Amino acid sequence: MKKSIYFSIAFVCIVLGIMLSTQFKTVQKSGEITVQRSEELTNQLKQVQSEKQALQKQLKDLEDRINEYIETSSKTNALTQTLKSDIDKYKEIAGLTDVQGPGIIVTITDGKQSIQSGQNNNLNLVQDEDLLRVVNELWAAGAEALSLNDQRIITTTEIRNIGPTINVNSTRFVSPYVFKAIGDPDTLEAALRLRGGLVDQLSTWGIEVNIKKSDKILIKKYDGIINFKYAKPITEGENK
Amino acid sequence: MIFVIILSLLLGLAIGFILPVNLPAAYVSYLSVAILAALDSVFGGIRSSLEQKFDNLIFITGFFGNAILAGGLAYIGDVLGVPIYLAAIFVFGSRLFVNFAYIRRYVVERLRKK
Repeated sequence: MKKSIYFSIAFVCIVLGIMLSTQFKTVQKSGEITVQRSEELTNQLKQVQSEKQALQKQLKDLEDRINEYIETSSKTNALTQTLKSDIDKYKEIAGLTDVQGPGIIVTITDGKQSIQSGQNNNLNLVQDEDLLRVVNELWAAGAEALSLNDQRIITTTEIRNIGPTINVNSTRFVSPYVFKAIGDPDTLEAALRLRGGLVDQLSTWGIEVNIKKSDKILIKKYDGIINFKYAKPITEGENK
Repeated sequence: MIFVIILSLLLGLAIGFILPVNLPAAYVSYLSVAILAALDSVFGGIRSSLEQKFDNLIFITGFFGNAILAGGLAYIGDVLGVPIYLAAIFVFGSRLFVNFAYIRRYVVERLRKK
């Protein structure tokens, strides 16, 4: 009787010891793995970051060199000269160059009316639709270049409510919204100030619109990256 | 008695370290619950032997049964998304302390009688 007790206790304790040491080994090892892994990943990150910096520098150098080539060859060859002027024209159309000229500056500010209880407090805030209508009106009035809060408006620019803010070129803005438009200043202003037009409608909501004409407006280029993944150009004669 | 326990524990630890058994990291939590159950069984065994109520079969089945049940419950809890292992930890943890308290009392009383 006494002996069998010792045997069973010894057996159970041996099994317990094996379990404990296995667990201990596993926990120790997994800890080591995570430390090693994090160090490895940190090194990789550093490496990739420095690689990225080097590549950016290389890209800038190459861009400079391309510009240089274009400059030098356009001076010597008539064909490349026309090509260069074509490129410049398309860059201007696409919004990839800084442009300057006469135009208007439109500042749109949220209404300051005190909100009474029961009233929808979104009514006197500027919405994305208001800004889109301003953009539309300015294009229709012959604006040649537009920017909203210094974000150049190009073909893929979005103007959209993101909660209480408005996203333009993936950058968030709140009131005031400052449009810069290059075009005939009188036409542009008249287009917005039409009787029953945009300014009238917005001011009924308490939104303030301030239009300033100027002879010299600088609109900066689009500084993001345009990358078409799906749209591919087709050459003439190809099946459509 | 105590020598037997300590010696066999050390032996088990040594065997475990020498054996090339590696547990996948995912099963660590199940084994930890099973270890808790096993510890509880050992303490319960010591207590019952002090109380002269030790039953070999109950001790062995309790040891393995509790460990397997605890690990299995932890696994089922993981599958179902219910943290059942908490129940195992709670029950075995509190029982461990109760058993230890009994053992302590027996030992102290025996020392006093001497």
